[in-house]
Amino acid sequence: MSEQAYNFAYLDEQTKRMIRRAILKGLAIPGYQVPFASREMPMPYGWGTGGVQVSAATLTPDDVFKVIDQGADDTTNAVSIRKFFEKTADVKTTTNTKAASVIQTRHRIPEDELGDDQILVYQVPIPEPLRFLEPRETETRKMHALEEYGLMHVKLYEDISKNGRIATSYAYPVKVEDRYVMDPSPIPKFDNPKMEMSAIQLFGAGREQRIYALPPYTKVVSLDFEDHPFDPSRAPHCCSICGASDSYLDEVIINDDGGRMFVCSDTDYCERRVAEGHTGVQVSGDAA
Amino acid sequence: MIPLLSVKSLSKDYGTNIGCSDVSFDLYPGEVMGIVGESGSGKSTLLNCMAGHLAPDKGEVVFDTRVDGPKDTLHMSEPERRMLSRTDWAFVHQHAREGLRMNVSAGGNVGERLMAVGSRNYADIRGKAVDWLSRVEISENRIDDRPTTFSGGMQQRLQIARNLVTSPRLVFMDEPTGGLDVSVQARLLDLLRGLVRDMGLSAIIVTHDLAVVRLLADRLMVMKDGQVVENGLTDQVLDDPQHAYSQLLVSSVLQV
Amino acid sequence: MYVAVKGGERAIDNAHAWLAEERRGDKKVPELSVDQIREQLSLAINRVMAEGSLYDPDLAALAIKQSRGDLIEAIFLIRAYRTTLPRFGYSEPIETSKMACDRRISATFKDLPGGQVLGPTFDYTHRLLDFKLAADGEIPDAPNKQANQENVPHVAEFLNNEGLIQQETRSDATPPDLTREPLELPADRALRLQALTRADEGFTLGMAYSSQRGYARNHAFVGELRIGAVAVEIDVPELGFAIEIGEITVTECETVNQFQGSKTEPAQFTRGYGLVFGQTERKAISMALVDRALRWEELGEDDLGAPVQDAEFVLYHSDNIQATGFLEHIKLPHYVDFQAELELVRNLRKTAFESQKMEAAE
Repeated sequence: MSEQAYNFAYLDEQTKRMIRRAILKGLAIPGYQVPFASREMPMPYGWGTGGVQVSAATLTPDDVFKVIDQGADDTTNAVSIRKFFEKTADVKTTTNTKAASVIQTRHRIPEDELGDDQILVYQVPIPEPLRFLEPRETETRKMHALEEYGLMHVKLYEDISKNGRIATSYAYPVKVEDRYVMDPSPIPKFDNPKMEMSAIQLFGAGREQRIYALPPYTKVVSLDFEDHPFDPSRAPHCCSICGASDSYLDEVIINDDGGRMFVCSDTDYCERRVAEGHTGVQVSGDAA
Repeated sequence: MIPLLSVKSLSKDYGTNIGCSDVSFDLYPGEVMGIVGESGSGKSTLLNCMAGHLAPDKGEVVFDTRVDGPKDTLHMSEPERRMLSRTDWAFVHQHAREGLRMNVSAGGNVGERLMAVGSRNYADIRGKAVDWLSRVEISENRIDDRPTTFSGGMQQRLQIARNLVTSPRLVFMDEPTGGLDVSVQARLLDLLRGLVRDMGLSAIIVTHDLAVVRLLADRLMVMKDGQVVENGLTDQVLDDPQHAYSQLLVSSVLQV
Repeated sequence: MYVAVKGGERAIDNAHAWLAEERRGDKKVPELSVDQIREQLSLAINRVMAEGSLYDPDLAALAIKQSRGDLIEAIFLIRAYRTTLPRFGYSEPIETSKMACDRRISATFKDLPGGQVLGPTFDYTHRLLDFKLAADGEIPDAPNKQANQENVPHVAEFLNNEGLIQQETRSDATPPDLTREPLELPADRALRLQALTRADEGFTLGMAYSSQRGYARNHAFVGELRIGAVAVEIDVPELGFAIEIGEITVTECETVNQFQGSKTEPAQFTRGYGLVFGQTERKAISMALVDRALRWEELGEDDLGAPVQDAEFVLYHSDNIQATGFLEHIKLPHYVDFQAELELVRNLRKTAFESQKMEAAE
């Protein structure tokens, strides 16, 4: 494959314009899923083709691009997507959240607060929050159009009646500007409150051919009941590397006896804290 | 007095088969109308056309809405019609499975209409569900069970609770006692009679069972081959049927 | 001392190098050329072209070589390449009645104008492994005869003349383009056929077979199956007329299906249609059966709840590139989601144990 044979950021200009129109429509109707003619990309559907197309349509030669998967810059899929844009768009890339102008993510929102000069692009596998309650696209689109969201609360009701609490821990549905119920992509519910931010948030679902968006400072409310309010909880531990007590943690199994420790899922955040002199309490295998 | 529902020249035809033809009647608030006839007489087609489940070929179904007064529901926008069908209207299906979410608990089934119109307090929703389950004689400790674990009679009572929880102004019922054992039917009828009386329900009940209308309906329409052949007060039609077909229908019941 | 896992980049590079080595196989065995694949694995080429929606045997051969013979992977390579190609224009509809037929059979008429031509088919071979091929694949030339140069009329036209088969409505409307517009439902027949022609062969076969076995049975016969080359013409505005830019081989199948009269129409046969790039007759026949099943509403039939009648179900699940991507994505890390679930399950269990303990204490 000769990279020169392809346009800047892989997609041809007409396709990018088509995607930009969908993005603008999405920004104009926050939370509404805009159908778009998703293209076959050179990576499989389900591996971030929606996010990649949105990034391709968003990137300019001056942008600084960061890709994370599970919060980390070094996971294989993040590496693969970063390399793809290095190759096809020749943009500068970074792992530093604060230095990036466009951040593509799978499953996390960075711990550092994003600014109004940044764009966060989410990879979305199933954009339809009602999908597992109603499998038909024709029906779910009607439910959105008519604001028929009773069924969504039935699901939460069932959770509480069965488990005593809402048993949804990621891809926790939100209501945008009191209108559309939206799937925030499979981020942990810990990240939901961060969605009211000053950066632009764009969501791309390639296989399902949908783009949606949140303009800066959009009202995003996680669905709940008055007497069972939304709870963005996390594991009750500190990061063993940097000691952070406010970050989302990955659990790492460290020996055959099931000993485990917790570390920041956002690797850039963790590394910066270590550079700033923070330390965590390293747990030795046998003590865990 | 303005009729709650006014049906004008409603017709539906299935090509070779007759649906219903040129049916007109008024239903006043607090009234229960029974529609009887044998299977194939067009009574279910008529009910489904009125409730918006089937598109009639011609006619009007005018409902006295809370906000705008009388309005032809056939020409309403879809959002308006769907809103109506989850607030002021209710539909009790013959087969409870069609009217229930079988994979949702009894409490969730009753609570759905409340949540659809904006209830967001779990304890309130659950409280109302408990109350309605007891009104249809389902024990509170079954509230978290799915309807799949219920008997046929219980499923039907649950469906009724699910429909009545938002105090609809008009209830459509399609053979509500059909397919149930005789003893179960009797209990359900008794329950329905109590609810109709206590809540002052307005309802349209389609059935082939004259015992049902005798107990529940104020007025009666007899249908044959898609036409209304007789129409009047229930006791009057049942005790002194004028049309030959009504006479046959009544006598066949008496023989049983 | 624990440090966060690193090395994704190096791992990927090494994996790619190993993959290339595996693709080549034992270097003592001569390398397979793209020409050999194109000439000797032509049915694989045809499938890759059909489902890749790109008629180019050389590229298809390259894709098969690169994908180590994994045809879905080869289709994926072709699709990803196709999407980057600019569009210079749109061809005129191909005229299959002017096809130079290599094969043309009808199951509904014993003989008919144009004749039955078996062509290069496996149909009447005995499926016995031919061990001679393992030693030496050279074969004598097949007997030859000058091809019929006349137009070969469609079988359905004979029925049509008698009014015995339902007429397809003609339309000059520009069909929607599945590769440029998002799939929106309800999908009209042009869009459904477009999706089906690039649909996964296995999925289409399974759907068609389910209808034959009784899930929305539509009593299909192969009215006609023809395979051969047709000219592709493109209208050049500067010239004011269409010029031929090349030939493609396609497989066309029209099924004749039973039908009872309806409200408006007297009894007539109905039809299903399949048209696929290359010699791909299993796919074309399957496509025709699925097409016919999806027409239930238009033809006033009952919705029997069969999967093959459900356009949303069929169209959303027929594309193997979408399907394989989503299926395989569950190999990607899901630590974050899993962590969230882990915490939740721990909390739920904790609450349950505590309430058990309380009950025990009481």
